Amino acid sequence: MKYKSQKVARLYFIAALVLFVAQILFGLIMGLQYVMGDFLFPYMPFNVARMVHTNALIVWLLMAFMGAAYYLVPEEAETELAMPWLATLMFWIFFLAAGATVAGYLLLSYSDLAKLTMNDMLPTMGREFLEQPTITKLGIVVVALAFLLNIGLTILKGRKTVINLVLLMGLTGLAVFFLFSFYNPTNVVLDKYYWWWVVHLWVEGVWELILGAILAFVLIKTTGVDREVIEKWLYIIIAMTLITGIIGTGHHYYWIGTPEYWQWWGSIFSAMEPIPFFMMTVFAFNMVNKRRRNHPNKAAMLWALGTAVMAFLGAGVWGFLHTLAPVNYYTHGSQITAAHGHMAFYGAYVMISLTIISYAMPMLMGRTAANSNRSQVREMWGFWLMTISIVFITLFLTGAGVLQAFLQRMGENPTPFMVVQDKIALFYWLREITGVVFLIGLIVYLSSFFVGRNEPEPEVAVAE
Amino acid sequence: MAQAFTKTMARNIFYGGTLFFFLLFLALTFDSHGQFPSRDNRAALESPDLGPKIALGKKLWEENDCIGCHTLLGEGAYFAPELGNVYKRFGESKEAIMGFIKSRPKDGVPGRRSMPQFNFTDEELDALAEFLKYVSGINTSHWPPNVNG
Repeated sequence: MKYKSQKVARLYFIAALVLFVAQILFGLIMGLQYVMGDFLFPYMPFNVARMVHTNALIVWLLMAFMGAAYYLVPEEAETELAMPWLATLMFWIFFLAAGATVAGYLLLSYSDLAKLTMNDMLPTMGREFLEQPTITKLGIVVVALAFLLNIGLTILKGRKTVINLVLLMGLTGLAVFFLFSFYNPTNVVLDKYYWWWVVHLWVEGVWELILGAILAFVLIKTTGVDREVIEKWLYIIIAMTLITGIIGTGHHYYWIGTPEYWQWWGSIFSAMEPIPFFMMTVFAFNMVNKRRRNHPNKAAMLWALGTAVMAFLGAGVWGFLHTLAPVNYYTHGSQITAAHGHMAFYGAYVMISLTIISYAMPMLMGRTAANSNRSQVREMWGFWLMTISIVFITLFLTGAGVLQAFLQRMGENPTPFMVVQDKIALFYWLREITGVVFLIGLIVYLSSFFVGRNEPEPEVAVAE
Repeated sequence: MAQAFTKTMARNIFYGGTLFFFLLFLALTFDSHGQFPSRDNRAALESPDLGPKIALGKKLWEENDCIGCHTLLGEGAYFAPELGNVYKRFGESKEAIMGFIKSRPKDGVPGRRSMPQFNFTDEELDALAEFLKYVSGINTSHWPPNVNG
């Protein structure tokens, strides 16, 4: 760690991991409700568990992105953060607002929460992933603006690098497209059309810029490959991301009342969305092969390569699986969508967050470059347990989804939704058991922060 | 090869490509807006009688987080049935929808998924049913494939 103010990242990373645990616990509750329908009913209906599961994910990823920015921007810009105190203040505002929102979900009925937070004044609640009370959304805007100001001023006064620039563009896009969450007309078609400007243009647009910038930063640091080479790759990857991903929004405009030409635009452009993810895989492996040094933090390297592979599988391959309009006609809103969602979010955004945490945490904890060998081995156990679990969760949900699409939508005698759900319960049980293994993996991962703290960093042979 | 393709070229592809395709996206959005009135069941929304009811129905839909279990036109959670076409599935009967919501047992059904009892007033039930009827009138290009959603 070269600059004192980078240390603020530690707060963000720790809070992110705390929310990660909450996300998984509530995921397990939902998974159980899928097969034991009355579990915790009526005290915690499925929708409440789901809000906590998805909202905790979103917030912890945002925390991790902000932590990543506070860590890497000063180092890239070669200057202290413009306003470290603002970063700390915003952390507490964000963390307390997130905590209060989750408490609201758990302690009040959702309609009471809407009344309490005066949803009537500017109704934005009750839409998937955007369930937060309007006041929380306004808080997110304030935090995002303060964050961008802080990062922007730091970049302005320091060295301008491509990584910083791309990261800043991604984060600015994130803030700008979030503003569409305040547009909520009664017309359902319009509501849905612009809801995707938040959701799709985040995860298949600007977030990929953030992902690319963080990955490029970690690869420069761990491989020692020339910055020029890595920056060229970064540009071409994010170019392909936005060239395919912006019109690729059309794959959400097949069946929601939008014109039918979107079936062509959406199919063709989103079929190309795997390309940037494949390039990212090639890029990461190439850079590691061409490395000029052997970095002692092997765990961070594993996470970086894991991100490149799993993002391609989850976002690229599993996305392509159901993105063509004639296929999507049968799979839209089924367990296939859930399967893709799980591996894409884990592979792309969870893993890049854990990559930067793995890379930066040793320094933030006062070490030179890496954790002890024992800690790293433990961390890698966590990596494999969680990653293999998510692969099987995805496969089981895919099995469930194929059967669901067939029985409910394609067979000779289409079967009602709930009858189909009973028939495919086996897959939900397998998913739940795998979810428990994921939780064990997460515990193993977290325990790696507490082992071998007094042991030295591993020694590495100097590469030729 | 490495020399032929420079960082500047990569950068220009990024800026140029992003700008071009974002403008194309805006153009398609503009065109879509032109077509929405013929597809989005605007007549129901603009009817002085039904419009306010549908607006109340959507508000209730949102303030009870229905999307947290159900899908609407395929978007939402996959825990409970699709509701974009529930009006058609229930025999084009608002009464059937209202009766279903009204009759949910407070403590659920042992061992099974069940919908909470929301204690809606008759006016609210009617508004929700009207909202679901309105959604069923949106032109979704023949999705879902059949009445089961």
